[in-house]
Formats: sequence, C-alpha cells, structure tokens
Amino acid sequence: MSDAAPIPASASLSARIPGAARLVSWFAGSGQADIAAAEQAALRSDRFRLEREADWRRLQAIVTRIEAGRIRSISDDDLIALPALYRMLASSLSVARETTLDAATLAYLEGLAQRAWFVVHGPEMGFRGWCARFFGGGWSAAVRSIAPDIVIALALMIGGTVIGWLLVSGNPDWFYALMPAQPGDARVPGASRAALYATLFDHGQRDGLAVFAASLFSNNAQVSILCYALGFAFGVPVLLLLIHNTALLGALLWLYHGQGLTLELVGWLMVHGTTELFAIMLAGASGLHIGRAMAFPGQRAVLDAAAEAGRRTATVMTGVVLMLIVAGLLEGFARQLINATAPRLALGGAMLVWWLVYFFAFGRRR
Amino acid sequence: MARWFGRKRRDTADQRPASALNRRQRVILTAEGLPLTLTLASRGVRAAALLIDLFLIVMGIIGTTVVLGYIAKGVGLDQLSHGSAAAGDLAQAVIVVWIIAAFLARSAWFLWFELGPRGATPGKRLTGIRIAARPGSDGGATRLSAEAVIARNLLRDIELFMPIVFVGGALNAGADTTLAGWASLVWFGIFALFPFFNRDGLRCGDVIAGTWVVETPRSRLDTVLSLGTAAQGISTITGAQYRFSEADLAVYGEYELQMLERVLRDNRPQALTEVAETICRKIGWTSGAGDERAFLDAYYTQLRARLETGMRLGRRKADKFDPGPAR
Repeated sequence: MSDAAPIPASASLSARIPGAARLVSWFAGSGQADIAAAEQAALRSDRFRLEREADWRRLQAIVTRIEAGRIRSISDDDLIALPALYRMLASSLSVARETTLDAATLAYLEGLAQRAWFVVHGPEMGFRGWCARFFGGGWSAAVRSIAPDIVIALALMIGGTVIGWLLVSGNPDWFYALMPAQPGDARVPGASRAALYATLFDHGQRDGLAVFAASLFSNNAQVSILCYALGFAFGVPVLLLLIHNTALLGALLWLYHGQGLTLELVGWLMVHGTTELFAIMLAGASGLHIGRAMAFPGQRAVLDAAAEAGRRTATVMTGVVLMLIVAGLLEGFARQLINATAPRLALGGAMLVWWLVYFFAFGRRR
Repeated sequence: MARWFGRKRRDTADQRPASALNRRQRVILTAEGLPLTLTLASRGVRAAALLIDLFLIVMGIIGTTVVLGYIAKGVGLDQLSHGSAAAGDLAQAVIVVWIIAAFLARSAWFLWFELGPRGATPGKRLTGIRIAARPGSDGGATRLSAEAVIARNLLRDIELFMPIVFVGGALNAGADTTLAGWASLVWFGIFALFPFFNRDGLRCGDVIAGTWVVETPRSRLDTVLSLGTAAQGISTITGAQYRFSEADLAVYGEYELQMLERVLRDNRPQALTEVAETICRKIGWTSGAGDERAFLDAYYTQLRARLETGMRLGRRKADKFDPGPAR
C-alpha cells in the first residue's frame, strides 16, 4: 500500500517524519469505492474530485474537531498528517480553479481551504496561554516598549499639576472651574483646617463599598479609557485630558497646602493614587503612542501604523484596567482602614515600588 | 431561474453589475501562495451578533447572581449581616467580588471566545461570522494575534458602553443631562457609524487591532453530477440518448452552466421544465415533456465537458454574450 503513493513528495516526507509508514498510507488512502466511481464519472474534473475526496473529507473532519476545541480527541496520525493534508488541499484548490466548472465543488474547496487556513494559522494561543504570558512578563515588556511615551505623559501630568496650582493660587475662582461644585463638599477655598482635616481622616461617613464601586465606574476609569480611545485623534485630546485632570490635583494640593495639610493630603492620595495615577499615566502614554504612530507613520500606511501601535498598547491597557480595580480596592477599603498618615505613605510608596519593579525590572532577559 | 437564461443583452459591454456580494469580497494571499477569497460580514449581521452576545452576557450575570443569592441564603448570610460586623464585612466582600466579576465578565466573554479556534463568540457563531486578521498592505495573509483580539475588544467598551456610563452619570448627578446627553449621542454616533465610513466596514476596534469580520465558509460538499447513465446522455425513462452538436453547446457560457447546476441541485420540477424549454427554444429542438431531468443532465454534462476542455486550453467563455476566443 505504502509504495503506491501517487505523490512524489511523499517519499521525501516519509524520510523525514518518524512513523512515516503509517503517514504514507493516506496518500493512497482514497477508498476503492471512490476509485471505481471515478472511472464511471463522465467528466475529467469529476474524476479529479472523486479521487481526492477522501482526503478532503479527512481534513474536514480534523478541522471540525479542532474548531470545536476537541483537539485531544484527534489521533496522532491525523495531527501529523494535518499540514500535509492542508497543502494538498491548497494544491487541489489551485488545480480545481483552473480545470473545473462545478460551482459546488469549488465552493466547498474554497470554504474548506479557508477553514483549514484559520486552523493552521489561527490565534497563536488560547485565553489561558495568553494570561500566563501576560502576567509572566508580557505586560511588563509592553509597558517598557512605550517608555518614551510614558516619559511624555509623566511630564504632562507634572506640568498639569503645576499649572493647576499656579492658576488657583493666582485666582481662587479657578478652583470652582476645575472642580465642579458638589453640594456639601467641604473642599472649597476658605474652608477651615478642621473641616479639611475631617475630609482626610473621617472614615465613618462613607461606605467602603460605595467608594469602591464609584471609583471603578467613575472619573478615573473614564479618563484612562478616554485617554486611550482619543489617541485616535493624533493624540491631541490626550494631552488636554492629562493636563486638565492633573490640574485638579494641583488645585487640591494648593487648597490643603494653605492650611498646612500637604503631607496629610499626599498620604491620603498616595494610598490609591500611586496605583491610579500610574494607571492614568500608562493609559495616556498608550493614547500618545497611537496618536504618534498615526501622525508620523514613517514608511508604513497610516492604518498599518495605527494597527501596530494598537496591538502594542492593548496589552498595556488591559493592565491599566486591572490596576484601576486594585486602585478601587485600595481607595474603598485600605484607606478607610488605615487612618494615619505615616502608614498611608508607606502603603502608597510600597505600591509604587511594586509597580516600578514589576514593570521595569521584572522579565528582562539579558 | 429561467429568466437568467432568457435575459436580454445589456447596453454596456461589461458583465453583470457588481452585486452586493462581490463588493464584500476580499482576496488574501496565504503563505503557500494560495489566494483565498473572504467575504466580509455585513454590518447588520454584526449588529445582530453583538445583540445576541450582550443578551447572553446579561442572562449569565443574572443567573450567576441568583445562584449566589441562593447560596448566601443557604448558609444564612442574610440573617447574619444584620447582626455582627464580621458578617457584614463578609457580605461586603462578596459584593465586591461580584462587582469585579461583572466588570470583567464582558471582556472575558469576548476574549475567551475570540481567542478560541473558531475566532467567534456564540453570537457570531449563530450568525455565521468570525474575526480574522486583516492582510498587510502587500495583501499577504497575517495570523490573528492575542493582542489584536484584546485591542478590538478594549475599543468596544469605548464605542458602546462609555456613552451609557456618561448618560447614567449625568442622570445620577442631576446635572444638565441634556448637554451630557447630546455629547454622548455625538460620541456614540461617531463610533457606531464608523463602519459606514470605510469600505471594509471596520469599526474603530478593527482599525486599531488590524482585524476584520468575515463570513464563515459553508462546509457541505454536494454530490457529483456527472455520475450515472443520465450524465452520459441516456434517459432512464425513455431510453433515448441525448447527443448535442458543437453548435448546440456553443450558445451558452460558464455563467449559464452554473445557473443550470443550481437548477439541477435544487431539483424543482417547475424550474426544470422552464429551463428545459428555454434551452430547447435556444438550440432549436422541440421540447418534449416528462423527461426534462435526463435532458438537462445530459446537456449540463456535455456543456461542462466542452467548456472545461476549452478552459484547459486557455479558451474561456464567460456567458452567452461572450463570443469566446477566436479559434
């Protein structure tokens, strides 16, 4: 049986693959019934089809199983044969396109070739494999790959904070412009030291759960995702968003500084702020990265450049979403539990060190 | 079907107008050098797939919540939470986990299924579409990467859910909802209508990720038509043998052949009769009745044999208006 292989390539193939005796059997594998039918077929193109149909159907069965995620139920022989069957199908299709006018057979071959192509060149890994790679260094590497944009985003955020401070110290009315007034909010210019102090250490008032949920679905999560999305518009809105949002931070700092509560405010902010502001910075950097790629695509087409930048920053943004969840937990619970400035500073600092180490030291291969 | 055989010649020299299907077809070149024709999914089908997915996700969240509620009740959590502070914390922790899970469920749903071997969420599967990587600028097919799937789904949040969050936030705050509503509408409009402003029907997520959505191909292989005695021109009913002359076969081209193939595969008596009559009129035979199937089988096989022979020699005849290459 094995020496009757009709395709010369099988000889070299069988020499290279162990257990090739079994492999070769499928080259001559079309059943006797099919051959007999092929002799009856009136048309040459139908004879062509009948002689190869068994292999096509075998490939179809393998592809169907892989598509259903039952890759373990495929026998070793079938798995070894898959690439060869796929190439054979590709060649069948090429021949059929030039020799047959049977629309049904052509449509079947085109469809099967597509399905087989998707299986052979499908997603490189599943969800689990991706998770393992993401946490095991992929996230860090992606963050490092947009380092120049992170530097720009950091500069913008520092600049925004300074601008906010200067604006409000020049004219306190700016405070209301930056921070939309909410009824009952004690944090307004002219508030007493005690009132401001209470906003930092008064934990009985607010429910940790509500704070957590609010922080997850509120301002900062929106800002982060907006930063990424607006990278589209060549990154310009990202610049504005980053500056605007950190100007608010500058205004708050000025307010508490006026009452000598700077360190206390920094502690209050740092618990979750090191994580949250880090996330916003990464989101802004991702947006800038896309904007930069689209504004200066170099030799590539704009769409290609955008796609490349989008894929690179997608990993970063997935991480940003996770960081925002962590920040929400810290804001909702850790800050309420820790009611003194020194441990707050320590926790915020520890989080910052953790992120820095994870992103810039972890997973480097030298 | 018959009207395709009997249709009038068009004024313009070129063939049929590009149908909606043709306009959605794209050719990619695989690493083996094989050009594959993909059909882009229509925008309506994609919207339907999304709605199905969202429905399933919401049902999943509700179902999980109900089950968790029953379990909490079963272990007596609801009674405890009124009393001790520790139990209250426990209940809070459960709710936090629930919020995170609901927050992530959407993304996980799309990621899990689109990273699978089918490249399609259940909604996409039901509507017969899947995602694929867009080819590079040279037309070469590229492989779908995990990052691409992530990117296209991150953008989905922005395209769809952010407007909802905006409006919801504005409603909660009681601020000027109209302004936020308008901003949200414009925002949503830009992203929702994005697929209508490019040829490939890409949404923003597709642009960023370098993907597109295509129809999954059919997988059924129809039977061989040229088997059996009928194909050899011998009628099983009358025993007569149909033989067509070169001139009889020269009137039709590949397009009519494929229409005839469809009629034969559908096998509806009325269509068979109509087509048989049309062909008889065209080639000047007198049409009998009752033996249309055998007649058409014979005509199909002989026409195909003639056209395929010409094809092998590089002489093709697209349809009946095509004079064919000079012999």
